[in-house]
Amino acid sequence: MSAPRKQHEKLLSRGLQFSFLLALLLVWYLATARWGVSRILLPAPATVWRELDDVLRSGEFLPHLRVTLIELASAFAIACTFGLGSGYLISRTRYAMAVFEPLLASIYSVPMILLLPLYVLFFGLGSGSKIALGATVSFFPIVLSTIAGFGSVERIFVTSARSMGASNAQMFRYVLLPAALPVVVTGLRMGFTIALLAILGSETIASFAGLGHKIAQLAEAMETARMFAYIAFAVAIVAILNIITTALERRVKLQ
Amino acid sequence: MKENSQRNAVVWRMLIGRVGVARLAAVVAALLFWEVAARYRVDPQFLSPPSRIVLAMPSLFETPGVPAALWTAFWEFGVAFVIAVAIGLPVGLAIGLSQSRQSFMPIVLLLYGMPQIVILPLLVLWLGIGPLSKITFGASHGVFPISIAVVAGVQNIQPILMVAAQSMGARRWQIFRWVIFPHMIPSFFAGMRLGMAGVLLGVLLAELYVSAAGIGYFTLMFTQSFDPSRLLGLIAVLAVMAIALNVALRRAELHFARWRTD
Repeated sequence: MSAPRKQHEKLLSRGLQFSFLLALLLVWYLATARWGVSRILLPAPATVWRELDDVLRSGEFLPHLRVTLIELASAFAIACTFGLGSGYLISRTRYAMAVFEPLLASIYSVPMILLLPLYVLFFGLGSGSKIALGATVSFFPIVLSTIAGFGSVERIFVTSARSMGASNAQMFRYVLLPAALPVVVTGLRMGFTIALLAILGSETIASFAGLGHKIAQLAEAMETARMFAYIAFAVAIVAILNIITTALERRVKLQ
Repeated sequence: MKENSQRNAVVWRMLIGRVGVARLAAVVAALLFWEVAARYRVDPQFLSPPSRIVLAMPSLFETPGVPAALWTAFWEFGVAFVIAVAIGLPVGLAIGLSQSRQSFMPIVLLLYGMPQIVILPLLVLWLGIGPLSKITFGASHGVFPISIAVVAGVQNIQPILMVAAQSMGARRWQIFRWVIFPHMIPSFFAGMRLGMAGVLLGVLLAELYVSAAGIGYFTLMFTQSFDPSRLLGLIAVLAVMAIALNVALRRAELHFARWRTD
């Protein structure tokens, strides 16, 4: 296949993807303007755009965004502390890995959202229950990838570093850490992403504040146009955070 | 040499046995810790010991509406999973086998990357608080992992196998049945496992969000009446359901992948 042909195909692909989005927008517009779908159920694109503009300009989103981000940061910090710590300790002996790794993996397969009612009972409807749920869901990918990362360092590296007289600190800094980092970083990114989703979810289900709460509240008030604006805003926030974490992950892996 | 490997096998078996015992001991220790802490340290309005949760099981199932709510959640899950497979498999095949795979894949990945939870209130507004919104939300969580896994599975088939089948005069359907289908089983099942986790999450999220009826109503009721025994019992029943479904799928996978000897 020649180079210009390849370029031509790539252009075609982009065109197809672009037209898919355009078609979606067109269907949305036609549904509201021509086919008479109720404005309460589906607001017109232009109305949603105006609402989004208003939400962004007035800065109304700030307190909600701040609550969600603080919950996310706290949950992720807790999950990192416990996940990295216990994962590293478990990875130190083969025996502990054999005992705990399958146990953690099987607990991970249970949908953690089931814990939300319990956490609401323990910590109330405020940020506490969201942080607890976010920390729980993100603990598992972090601990499992830490075990996988530190547990699968080639023995020959460890042995040769030891025989060349590496101290424990040197061993960690120059052998274990560089070997484990790519795997651990992937777990951290996964943990971050699902913590964000769990926090948005628990805010939607039961809370006082946060982006998820705002969307649910607007749905109950039937203010659909503004709800669409907040949905778009939340999607954008999630996308931006995903792009940042993926870029960070790639950067660490390249080193 | 032979004796050595035999002795190794014996030692190895003992080690496995000990690991299993140790794992069991860890679980028992955790339950004991929970039992003691809940019995003597924590306010019984917030946490019950495991023994009391087990004893409260009959009263949970005697609570009017709970068996019906569990049963509803279960069939909502089943229907949503069937729909997710019924959509995800053909979409994955169509994309995986088409020439313009590179064009469609980013669209699927873009939709998969969307945080679906933010449209849950909208979906309930559109489809009501009944099973329809829960099934839709569950199915939409399952479709993407399944179709992405199917695309990956179809892509990994060696072209030589397709060409060989074709040159031996296989029809399209025969190629699908005897070449494509057996080869995509592993990734299809991997996708179904992810899809099942997604469908469970979607259905449970929707069930918990709608607090006027179903699981969401009872969790709210048990929380507000400070009844942790029945709340934990309900959570345990749902968790057991999730684990059982996972195990069933794993069994099916072993059954369908048995032709593979490697």
